[in-house]
Amino acid sequence: MLNVSRSRTCPLECTRSERFNRSVFRWAFVRYGPIALALAGALLSYSMAQAAPSAPASLHVIDTPNDGGGSLTIVWVPAPSDGPTAQYEVLIGEGGATDPAALKVVAEFPANTRYVKEMKAAWWTRPADRSWHQYVVRSGKGVELKDGTAYTVTVAMRQGVERAVGPLLQATPEANWFNWNQLNNLILALGFGGLVFYSIRHAKRNDIFLRRIPGLDAVDEAIGRSTELGKPILYLTGAHDMSDPSTIAAAVILGRVAKRTAAYETELMVPHRDPITMAVCQEITKQAYLEAGKPDLFKEDANFFITADQFSYTAAVDGLMLRKKPAANFFMGSYFAESLLLTETGASTGAIQIAGTDSDHQLPFFVTTCDYTLIGEELYAASAYLSKEPVQIGTLRGQDIGKAIVLTIIMIGTLLATIGAVTGSSWPQLFLDLFKDLK
Amino acid sequence: MIFLRRRLPLLITMFTGLLFAAQYYVPHPASELLLTSATKWLQIIGGFALVLGVTSLFHQHAVKIRRQEAGWGYSLVLYAGMLVTIVVGLWAGGKESLDGTMTGFGWIYNYMMVPLQGTMFAILAFFIASAAYRSFRARSREAAVLLIAAVIVMMGRVPLGEYLIPLSGDVSQWILNVLNASVRRAILIGVSLGAIALSLKIIFGVERSYLGGGKE
Repeated sequence: MLNVSRSRTCPLECTRSERFNRSVFRWAFVRYGPIALALAGALLSYSMAQAAPSAPASLHVIDTPNDGGGSLTIVWVPAPSDGPTAQYEVLIGEGGATDPAALKVVAEFPANTRYVKEMKAAWWTRPADRSWHQYVVRSGKGVELKDGTAYTVTVAMRQGVERAVGPLLQATPEANWFNWNQLNNLILALGFGGLVFYSIRHAKRNDIFLRRIPGLDAVDEAIGRSTELGKPILYLTGAHDMSDPSTIAAAVILGRVAKRTAAYETELMVPHRDPITMAVCQEITKQAYLEAGKPDLFKEDANFFITADQFSYTAAVDGLMLRKKPAANFFMGSYFAESLLLTETGASTGAIQIAGTDSDHQLPFFVTTCDYTLIGEELYAASAYLSKEPVQIGTLRGQDIGKAIVLTIIMIGTLLATIGAVTGSSWPQLFLDLFKDLK
Repeated sequence: MIFLRRRLPLLITMFTGLLFAAQYYVPHPASELLLTSATKWLQIIGGFALVLGVTSLFHQHAVKIRRQEAGWGYSLVLYAGMLVTIVVGLWAGGKESLDGTMTGFGWIYNYMMVPLQGTMFAILAFFIASAAYRSFRARSREAAVLLIAAVIVMMGRVPLGEYLIPLSGDVSQWILNVLNASVRRAILIGVSLGAIALSLKIIFGVERSYLGGGKE
């Protein structure tokens, strides 16, 4: 075979070694050429397929679920040619349009971005599979979507100068009446509500142990001390207005404290930052004095307004502490930077100080400067603790059961999230989504 | 009478409480409009309630002046300050500057109110120092732990501290991100459940003492 090839191809001037090499290449080409050609063809057709954009498949356009209207959601299956070099274009136009040229490009992004898994949606509201592409068209950037108006929408894939446009679809944005993403939130809230009312019912028929809260045990001690010293009691309801639960809790505790001060015939001073809170607290105090059988001791100006300004109020209360030298200071409700200014001044006057706040950022200051501090939920428990009413104590039991459930969920969730991260499985997400706060 | 004083307020509370709890789950613009309107109404009511507050303030200080209690002179200063601010504010149309020129109202705000507020806020630095001195004295095991943690965090939060003790940066971050954050979240979970339980009690009329206490 070598001889044949040499005789056919090599000119007379070739050296022996050149003739040998050429013969080997020719032999290899004859023997493996067809296979190499087939492989090259396949590679060429593959690369051509890669370069040619394909129209988005399974394109769906829907009204964005669970929103206030004015938006449309588009989902489609990822194409084999997806990659950072390819681009998707979202086009939108008036309803009934049949020519893609009449549509306007409202978004353009790399083809390996914007997946359904990136959407803030739980598994029960997800519009398509997690691996699909998605885009939400909203009003703005030259487009305005009106509720009840139909629009023509499509998605095109562009690679270089080539573009493949998907089918033109019609959709109408609408406002929704329920956010199904928050279904878990609603179920949990209803469940917790049911638990609280069950616990109240249970508490009416059974005795429930209530652990000691030293801060509340000290209320009597503080009032007694003020009575002995013949000095007033200062009670603050915090920085917020009556729409805040902490202020309501502070007002409820004020009722209990006022009842004791009425019984002990001790002066009560309640400076306020909010006039509505002042009006409510006046009523609460009046009722407390009536219940204590001392309506004649009630003073309308025991509750008084100072100012809504944070530091002006602080300066006024500090002045009050230094002039009147109350023997007991109560700081209940929400506080900000004024907390330390108030409590440190109170501590310098030698008053017994009891604080109760849900402002976790101010807790260190209260713990440092007050004799007793009701931490977080203890503020809400104070009313039950002081009244000892079964209805109130039942609520505390409900809260405790709720906390035990939350703790269990956190432990299970941590375990499942770890398993999901280690194994790469998506099934733990089914459980984790149930407890996500999706707005 | 009992209907007007007790039952009607409870019914209004229950209705509005349930309505606005439901509003949270409704994304429709009508629901947003309802919330916006209610917020505006609250602001209007708050504005009218300010009359109550100012009346209370005037009464409080009038009594002080009449009885010539200790420091009654300051009550006169309050009256003078309030009257001057109202008159100057009305004169300037409630604006701090007109055509780039500061009005009397703006002068009072910028050269009296703001420095006074700043002064009060600045006192906080000294109070923090005195409070820290009191709480960081290692009188008990807990206080010693607090002292050590505080020193590490303080060193880790300033460049010089981290330069002197290189490990303090990472350790302080760990204390803040792991120990501190977990305790804060535990407190917040308790607070949230407590607030929800209180809200439920108020909405369904279980807790009524905010209406003036007592039972029917």
